[in-house]
Amino acid sequence: MPNNRAVLSVVGKDQVGIIAKVTAVLADNNVNVLDISQTILQDFFTMMMLIEIKDKESLEELHAALDPVRNEMGLKIDMQREEIFQSMHRI
Amino acid sequence: MTIAFQEIQETIRMIQMEKLDIRTVTMGISLRDCIDRDQENMRSLVYEKITSYGAALTTTADKVATEYGIPIVNKRISITPVAELLGNSTKEDAIALAKTLDKAAADINVDFIGGFSALIHKGVTKGDKVLLDALPEALSQTERVCGSVSAATTKTGINMDGVKQLGEIIKKASELTASQNGIACAKFVVFCNPAEDNPFMAGAFHGAGEQEVVLNVGVSGPGVVLHALRRYPEADLGEVSDIIKRTAFKITRAGEVVGREVAERLKVPFGIMDLSLAPTNALNDSVAEILEEIGLERVGTHGTIAALALMNDAVKKGGAMASSYVGGLSGAFIPVSEDNGMIKGIEDKSLTLSKLEAMTCVCSVGLDMIAINGNSSAASISGLIADEMAIGMINKKTTAVRVIPVAGKKEGEMVEFGGLLGRAPVIDLNPFSSDKFVNRGGRIPAPLQALIN
Repeated sequence: MPNNRAVLSVVGKDQVGIIAKVTAVLADNNVNVLDISQTILQDFFTMMMLIEIKDKESLEELHAALDPVRNEMGLKIDMQREEIFQSMHRI
Repeated sequence: MTIAFQEIQETIRMIQMEKLDIRTVTMGISLRDCIDRDQENMRSLVYEKITSYGAALTTTADKVATEYGIPIVNKRISITPVAELLGNSTKEDAIALAKTLDKAAADINVDFIGGFSALIHKGVTKGDKVLLDALPEALSQTERVCGSVSAATTKTGINMDGVKQLGEIIKKASELTASQNGIACAKFVVFCNPAEDNPFMAGAFHGAGEQEVVLNVGVSGPGVVLHALRRYPEADLGEVSDIIKRTAFKITRAGEVVGREVAERLKVPFGIMDLSLAPTNALNDSVAEILEEIGLERVGTHGTIAALALMNDAVKKGGAMASSYVGGLSGAFIPVSEDNGMIKGIEDKSLTLSKLEAMTCVCSVGLDMIAINGNSSAASISGLIADEMAIGMINKKTTAVRVIPVAGKKEGEMVEFGGLLGRAPVIDLNPFSSDKFVNRGGRIPAPLQALIN
């Protein structure tokens, strides 16, 4: 079974509405959220989400779709396929 | 979440702050079926083959890099040692072929193509002779073509006639590009015991035992190792080795998953992972700084070789456990011009040419990217090569020489090569002559493989 899961990480200055705005984009793009973990590190909002995407190709579109949120809220939002974490941290 | 928060953060930190990257994906292509007496036809066959196999290399690698969030810095091609194609060619044909390779590389947007090479560790064929004669012009009239020559192996000894000529070739290539600080020499390396699947330039070529086409991957991460060590300033050397090993393991695993994906999408077999700590001039991306973090005030001082041996071995151990197919050069590179710590070591007179030679006994390759005085004689350069070949031959390891004679610059003056190649302070060779030794010619016999103390 192809693994279509990716880790979305969001880092930026803590402010109201980060989760709401990011997840709104995800919902609009029909992306399912499997897990969320979030904390504040030295005043910085840090969130990791495990998401499920339709296919590998849609990552780029999603990346672009998040641009408005990135710019508006001054956030750093990255997406990486889950396999990279699996291979580095699990034997 | 199956992967812990901290683990995700560690990976992201390695990539974004500590410069973990895939240094190169290198596609090896066999050109043996392109051999043709008709030189023009041969050139068009070579061009066609490289550009068709390599057409999607750069775009595919970039796409995979984006998906995994790990940069793939360089995309490159390695080919059958070109001397094998030149049996019926003239020197002019060989130069024309180098230009074809240059154009092919530019047209598929790869930064270097390696394999303008010959294996002459035992002797010279017709094709080898043509290639050697053409090397200085071929390297100086092309931008992306890299060349290498195997002049010695443990099983055959050292071809000293070849070594003599190589000194002259390096000297001539430097003179032909004197206005650019002898840059042609930065694209040329002399090997003892070369690796046939090495993805790193300038020494990459697609060896005789290789398949039709293959994808080899080189990962790197001196910055990641350096930062990992900084978190344990009090660790003893056993623990230092363990930290390097664990870090190398993770780096290699990341490289393998990305490399295999690129290979799969290109429908090309995956060859090997080469885990080499290859420094760049970026801040903290330095092998020398790792040695200094282990406890040396400045690289080159007493203890440098022990620290380098520890590091090189730990990198290999971590990498070997992480991938089924580790190959290439795997270890630590010690290029001077590409490593800010090495440059500083030379400027501070802590690191010398002699010490660098000694370091090559325990690192993964050899004398690399060292700017030498342009007045150095060809025989002295040949002597330097012979020493390095002997180190590799006796120690059964790969060693190499990539030195750049820079015209008109004296010891201590800084030379800028630009871009990836960096900058280096000029070093003088020993003023005493090696002429008689080099001019004797012949072949230094292969060493005993037993009684090795």
